[in-house]
Amino acid sequence: MPIRVLLPYHLRMLAHIGGEVRLEVTSPATQRTILDAIETRYPMLRGTIRDHVTLERRAFLRFFACEQDLSLEHPDTPVPDAVASGAEPFWVVAAIAGG
Amino acid sequence: MSGVRVLVGTRKGAFVLTSDGIRNKWNVNGPFFGGWEIYHLKGSPVDPNRIYASQTSSWFGQIIQRSDDGGRTWHQPGTPPGEPTTTPDGMPKGESNKFVYDTSPETGKPLTTHQWYDGTQHPWEFKRVWHIEPSCTDPDIVFAGVEDAALFRSVDGGRTWHELAGLRDARGSQWQPGAGGMGLHTILLDPSNPNRIYIAISAAGAFRTNDAGKTWKPINRGLKSEYIPDPNAEIGHCVHRIAMHPAHPDTLYMQKHWDVMRTDNAGDSWHEISGNLPTDFGFPIEVHAHEPQTIYVVPIKSDSEHYPPEGKLRVYRSRTGGNEWEALTKGLPQSDCYVNVLRDAMAVDSLDACGIYLGTTGGQVYVSADSGDNWAPIVRDLPAVFSVEVQTLP
Repeated sequence: MPIRVLLPYHLRMLAHIGGEVRLEVTSPATQRTILDAIETRYPMLRGTIRDHVTLERRAFLRFFACEQDLSLEHPDTPVPDAVASGAEPFWVVAAIAGG
Repeated sequence: MSGVRVLVGTRKGAFVLTSDGIRNKWNVNGPFFGGWEIYHLKGSPVDPNRIYASQTSSWFGQIIQRSDDGGRTWHQPGTPPGEPTTTPDGMPKGESNKFVYDTSPETGKPLTTHQWYDGTQHPWEFKRVWHIEPSCTDPDIVFAGVEDAALFRSVDGGRTWHELAGLRDARGSQWQPGAGGMGLHTILLDPSNPNRIYIAISAAGAFRTNDAGKTWKPINRGLKSEYIPDPNAEIGHCVHRIAMHPAHPDTLYMQKHWDVMRTDNAGDSWHEISGNLPTDFGFPIEVHAHEPQTIYVVPIKSDSEHYPPEGKLRVYRSRTGGNEWEALTKGLPQSDCYVNVLRDAMAVDSLDACGIYLGTTGGQVYVSADSGDNWAPIVRDLPAVFSVEVQTLP
């Protein structure tokens, strides 16, 4: 089953994505393999979710799935089974802030 | 009939304003990149259809956009629409938003440090592109001034960017950010000498290269800044903007944090030309397209109160290269006006009757089609204006 990813509005606009993204990710699926797959399919998003060099998550973004905040998980930790199976989406969420 | 295209960068998107040579009736297009901070847009002098834009966000970082049709459509040049997203050898594209300081032993420098606000040393950290300057001769060559201060160049139309790392050798360890960040905001390309470039950094000062960016020299002699430990220091002056007339590339005009300055020897020495200005604090400075001794500034009350003195938005013009200034007020608000005009938010066109343009933090863009004598708003209610550039079209 493909992994489902939901991106924030501005990243969908940049990548010309209408809605949910479905990606084939090598098992075991992790944050790193999911983000690698996103950036391979949508290279215009390189640098917008994680730093070009350090690959660290940008400060105002967080990762959620299955009602859990996965942001501080190690990038190589497998994501929950429900995400890996496609039952639940992997959310990239932008902080609510600004004027 | 000739016309103009005004490129406006705002806190919430880009706008393209067009008119014929009369500059009375305007079409407003946009917002492009709605919701994003657009620090600067600028068109190529060689190919006016080629426009570059710096699109930034605290959430998502830096994006470079490019238009090849005069601002109607845009794309990230690392990944043009319809093209494969990988190179023939399978490597992903999308490098146009990648600004990485050059630390390679061959061409770069170890990632050195600069001064932090408290005087300690701090590593360079890329934040955003403040200013884009397309080449005078090749639409695919373009420079980018960034925060933390550095100069990048693309030779492939913005697809990839490489730092001209020699600039950090010009006493980079002494550079220090101002409250607005340590940004490289001014890039002046000498049209008569492709090897000579001037840049300016807040709050480090002005610098010049005579070898196309390999080596750089601080050019701050004559600047005096009472707010730094050594008022006559070689490094540390908060230069806000520099302007040059292309026919006189040895003469530069500077709006410093305080003081309006001039050099006639390519920055080797500066002298003050503030003269009778009501205040010599401000941000933009521009030179008339056809009169190299006619310059414009927008005085701002002080570094603590970033709005026009007395609530009157006045452009000041000197026809004598400085010192003698006249207020230009017709058509500009002369009461209860408390907007600012940022450093990149004034521009001039090159029509016979030179047009002057300015944008405010209140979202107004004003035009004068007669060298500043009379002004009128083009638009009144845009987001806060960061930058204004104008293209004169055939």
